[in-house]
Amino acid sequence: MTQPVLEIDDIRVTFDTADGDVNAVRGVSMHVMPGETVAVVGESGSGKSQIMMAAMGLLAGNGAATGAVRYRGTDLLTLPARKLNDLRGAKITMIFQEPMTSLDPLYRIGEQLAEPLRVHGGLSVKAAMARALELLELVQIPNPEAKLRAYPHEMSGGQRQRVMIAMALANDPDLLIADEPTTALDVTIQAEILQLLADLQARLGMSILFITHDLTIVEAFADRVYVMRQGLLEEEGTAQAIFGNPQTDYTKMLLAAEPDGVKLPVAADAPVLLQGDDVRVTFGKAAGWFSKDTTLRAVDGISLSLRKGQTIGVVGESGSGKSTLGRALLQLLPAEGRVVYQGEQIGGLDRAGMRRYRDQLQMVFQDPYGSLSPRMTVGEIVAEGLSVHEPELSRAERDARVMQALDDVGLEPSFRNRFPHEFSGGQRQRVAIARAVILRPDVIVLDEPTSALDRSVQKQVIDLLRRIQVEYGLSYIFISHDLAVVRALSDYVMVMKEGVVVEEGPTAQIFGAPQMEYTRALMRAAFNLKSLLLEKAG
Amino acid sequence: MPPLSWGGTFQFGRYHMLSYAIRRLLGAIPTLFFIVTAAFFMMRVAPGGPFDQERALEATVLANLNATFGLDQPLWRQYLIYLGNLAQGDMGPSFVYRDLKVHEILAIGLPVSMKLGGMALALAMVVGSALGSVAALRQNSAVDYGVIAIATFGITIPNFVVAPVLLLVFALYFDFFPAGGLTQWQSYILPVIALALPQIAVVARLIRGAMIEALRSDHVRTARAYGLPTRMIVIKHALRAACLPAISYMGPAAAALLTGSIVIEQIFGIPGIGRYFVQGALNRDYTLVMGTVIVVALFVVVFNLIVDLLYAVLDPRVRYD
Repeated sequence: MTQPVLEIDDIRVTFDTADGDVNAVRGVSMHVMPGETVAVVGESGSGKSQIMMAAMGLLAGNGAATGAVRYRGTDLLTLPARKLNDLRGAKITMIFQEPMTSLDPLYRIGEQLAEPLRVHGGLSVKAAMARALELLELVQIPNPEAKLRAYPHEMSGGQRQRVMIAMALANDPDLLIADEPTTALDVTIQAEILQLLADLQARLGMSILFITHDLTIVEAFADRVYVMRQGLLEEEGTAQAIFGNPQTDYTKMLLAAEPDGVKLPVAADAPVLLQGDDVRVTFGKAAGWFSKDTTLRAVDGISLSLRKGQTIGVVGESGSGKSTLGRALLQLLPAEGRVVYQGEQIGGLDRAGMRRYRDQLQMVFQDPYGSLSPRMTVGEIVAEGLSVHEPELSRAERDARVMQALDDVGLEPSFRNRFPHEFSGGQRQRVAIARAVILRPDVIVLDEPTSALDRSVQKQVIDLLRRIQVEYGLSYIFISHDLAVVRALSDYVMVMKEGVVVEEGPTAQIFGAPQMEYTRALMRAAFNLKSLLLEKAG
Repeated sequence: MPPLSWGGTFQFGRYHMLSYAIRRLLGAIPTLFFIVTAAFFMMRVAPGGPFDQERALEATVLANLNATFGLDQPLWRQYLIYLGNLAQGDMGPSFVYRDLKVHEILAIGLPVSMKLGGMALALAMVVGSALGSVAALRQNSAVDYGVIAIATFGITIPNFVVAPVLLLVFALYFDFFPAGGLTQWQSYILPVIALALPQIAVVARLIRGAMIEALRSDHVRTARAYGLPTRMIVIKHALRAACLPAISYMGPAAAALLTGSIVIEQIFGIPGIGRYFVQGALNRDYTLVMGTVIVVALFVVVFNLIVDLLYAVLDPRVRYD
């Protein structure tokens, strides 16, 4: 019987924190055979990444691992640093979730690719550069010679991830560990990167250990799957078995995590609340004496009308201008064009002028970690808008409204005395929604409110948004790159690309019969990843 | 395969850098003009004049002196005359050191101060970076706490305490170094150390903080995951990024160091420019004060420009616009 490439035996990872020891991984065993693709799946906090960090000697300073991680029989956990350095980057390589920050911003791509080649392979500068160029060609980066001299910030996220893959392949590894390699990327790019990985594996024959929170993307990709939850293995088996016949409720939940339900269109005569006419936002400045023209039309003449009770979904890849559009409609950044709210022109109003509309036009942001002040209690955060817009309320009335708002979003009213850091991402997003609904707004612009959340939590937030929409008769502008979520929540969809709307219409029509090639490509990458990968492989 | 040299982009970059530097220096002219104007009138608002002495001069003598130096003219005319002379590079005569012109005083003292300050600057950069890096690599260890303690000490103990102590111990008690003057190379050691000590402390603290952050960054994790040697990771990938905040600090610090320190120059008996700053102001030596103000302002402008250019060299994301 062949020996596994990697064998993890009862690994435990503990972090020494101010609140005592945290057991991130509590005894997990797994193995990877030569040429095999193994997926480790779990939601955030399940410990899946920490196993690999421990194996590679990359744990944070306060972390410690016990057990064994054997690479072809050699235990990596007890290996001296120098010996470990001979393996990592050469025989075992890694790509990370954050393509934007995983490369050193201060050095050219060629130089960074050459480093592991020179350190492990002993190549000369010239030979390393020649090999780096081959690698860039291998990962299908357009114009590879120019890219050797480019800096990371001059490349897109997808291109940077390709560079990371090139670096991972540089020394013909036995095992490639890919830690959420596509999570930070657009769906179309995600499909391309997965295709590339599958293709390279077929050609080069290394094993791949693929870590992800999204079970659905590994179906076409993995031979075997390990499902992790709270530091323990929940289920393991072949991909066929896991997808065909999941045993545990948790795995079933992960598989069924695709948001479901639809939203019915509003009546055609429902009153128009918010109307935008030829809205434009331009960044940068025009050419001057000494400078080039740096203008970018982020939003280039978009019109929309939002009716009462309606949800307009705005989809598009990163950089398409969808968030900018949302902010422009609420006058959160300078925009041209007419914006009319309930018959009154609000386009071009300054901050003071907008203040009396702010309670009716609310916004919820993507990042539930950054958008709540860490030094205020949840109660203070939620109540803050009230003290501006309804200053006449007494303390007791205000408190009652806060408790009501927290109750509306499914949080314990007693949570109002706690601070944001005590809550999970999903709970924080509920706080952000409570902060918006407490003012009884007419319109809420939701900017990727579910993107930073695990699928299971995402589902709860979607249910919540749906419920309060009916309860309070809210209208939403729902901005997301996640087509499944948009399909579940909106009754009208606008597809954006490079600042313009390429296609729009009722949700059923856009998803049922997309007209534009761009929309179709988005749909394929989002919903038919498996067939897309098989088609490519086949 | 093209050679991986500084290719076409660099030519482009250098052109941009030059045009940026020229624009910045041209942009500094209004600033300097404002500083000269403000300093000129503030100096005149201060009570007293260059010829006030313990015993008042005879009225005719004073009038003669004022006439000789043009102080009998209306203030606006004096200002215009000063600007006109300045535009021709003439900073005028000193009112107190009567046989010297201001630029001659500067020409004698400034090189000495710049030499001393330059050495202190270099010492602070090298030693401060080394201490800060070592502390960051051994975060929360005895070494780290030791560096923090030394740095806190260096910042809190003023140099009018440090300098005499150094002098007493190393020059008078042990007789390792000369006690004053600048007669031989050993004479530089104590004043440079005294001058550099607080700067070493600040640089060490800045580098330590930035280094800790850099060592935690994703790209350093990548470098570790790819088995690069620790030395390479620290120097190439962490220190370069960690230098940036220290460099921002060094701009204004360099301007201060190179224009001399009255305390150090007095204690070690060094004929630098620092003492003229204070004496000129106390004596109401109008032209000397103006001269020193212009020198300091120029240094600040130039060093801030150097900092910005260095930033752009070290960090390709910084663009000149």
